[in-house]
Amino acid sequence: MIPAPESTTTDTSDKTPALEVEDLHKYFGDQEVLKGISFTAHQGDVISILGSSGSGKSTLLRCLNLLEKPSRGQLHLAGEKLELKTGRSGDLEAVKRQQLEAFRARMGFVFQNFNLWPHLSLLDNVALAPAQVLGKSKKQAREEAAALLEKVGLGGKKDTYPLQLSGGQQQRVAIARTLAMEPKLLLFDEPTSALDPELVNEVLGVMRGLAKEGRTMLIVTHEMRFARDVSSQVMFLHQGRIEEMASPEEFFTNPRSTRCREFLSSHLAG
Amino acid sequence: MDWIYDLSTWLQGMTAGAEPWNSYARYLPQLLQGVWVTLQLVVLSGVVGILLAVPLALMRVSKNPWIWVLPYCYIFFFRGTPLLVQIFLVYYGLSQFEALREMGWIWDSVLSQAYWCAIITFSLHTAAYIAELFRGAIQSVPKGEIEAAMALGLSRRQQYKKVILPRAFGMILPAYGNEVILMLKGSALASTITLLDLMGATRNVIARTYMNLEFFLLAGVLYLLIAAVFIGFFRLLENWFNAHQHATHLSTRQLDVQVQDEHLKDTAR
Repeated sequence: MIPAPESTTTDTSDKTPALEVEDLHKYFGDQEVLKGISFTAHQGDVISILGSSGSGKSTLLRCLNLLEKPSRGQLHLAGEKLELKTGRSGDLEAVKRQQLEAFRARMGFVFQNFNLWPHLSLLDNVALAPAQVLGKSKKQAREEAAALLEKVGLGGKKDTYPLQLSGGQQQRVAIARTLAMEPKLLLFDEPTSALDPELVNEVLGVMRGLAKEGRTMLIVTHEMRFARDVSSQVMFLHQGRIEEMASPEEFFTNPRSTRCREFLSSHLAG
Repeated sequence: MDWIYDLSTWLQGMTAGAEPWNSYARYLPQLLQGVWVTLQLVVLSGVVGILLAVPLALMRVSKNPWIWVLPYCYIFFFRGTPLLVQIFLVYYGLSQFEALREMGWIWDSVLSQAYWCAIITFSLHTAAYIAELFRGAIQSVPKGEIEAAMALGLSRRQQYKKVILPRAFGMILPAYGNEVILMLKGSALASTITLLDLMGATRNVIARTYMNLEFFLLAGVLYLLIAAVFIGFFRLLENWFNAHQHATHLSTRQLDVQVQDEHLKDTAR
């Protein structure tokens, strides 16, 4: 079985927030896509990020591990500040590559399109990063990878290749690949949006399990019911700003802003 | 290799009086010797070529003009000039440089030898083509797969070593096989610098027998057979290396076609 995650909700001694974001801005050319986002994710928080398309949800998530370079702002992961400087493009970049790499290694990212490596078996997909980045022995990395594949329900397929799987299965492998790095924080970028409707639940099921383990998660999603059930907080983005941040009960039953109400009425109707 | 001469003698006995079979039997050892030289030329330049191509392609995809300009010019030169000109430049041209002639063993046993001149030229030549293939393949590795590697904390080096280059190699394999076949045919030019490859040996034999049609025909058949062996070898290599693709018929196949087409545009030489 998988060892319990290092930080759980029962661990109250450590009050350092898992992630602090301060005044994050992002421009694409002249267009300001993120207009000063600040929030804190505490350990064990599950924050769903909602908003209509174009509101900046995915950009925000991608800025957190610098897959997209933010234009301004600060990031702290478990109390450690990511050193940033303004690069030639005008956007921020890491001062030290190694620090960025270490940051990314501790921040799991699950993509909408899974992005598994098709030339590697499932086992190698999962075992690659722990062996390369964490310096684990090949044997240990593979053993742990096998256990993780078991955990996401794909233990029997570890020697097959990604293209032989359904989308839902690929996404579960992608989650296992992310978990293999034992990240402090998990970022999910619309993890079920590329899936056929009947495959969505198998992925959400795995994610529910992770939330129950007390992992810190940021989830960009359109699955309202899931957001309501699983989140400890809901963040609603509108035109690059946090319009509302509230507990799911409050957000779904009694949203304050009209925009949230409009958004909810259009998304919950279906 | 005595058995080849024994075989030759035996075959000559069997075919006494029946031409062209009797001449084929008599000159079998020379021709096989030529086949062996041709194989060496192709295999060695194919291997050295791909080894040179990797750093060239990596430099070529750099965004820094100081880094990509060198491989760019290299590739431009070797793809833009005839192989025959290149081989003459190396074989006849190098000896014009006094400094080279005084380099001791490097001159005596490498640069003044037709065999090594051919290998050097073919390697440099094919490296330019393979580098261009590699560049195309590196640039068509899906962005998401690279982002996945970045998001897991892999360094640039690790991204290239574990994801980008293996993916690119899988993509260029069919086109690389094609390139080796082109090199096999191009290798006949080695005969112009006195080398007794299959072509050179054939011309030698014809000079003695005056049997132009018969021996060029035989040479053609032998080249075909060698090509068939290479094609088979690359098919096996592809089945093994790209095992992941053969399970399905998904989009990675189409990528290969794209890379091949890119190549075919400029393989007319």
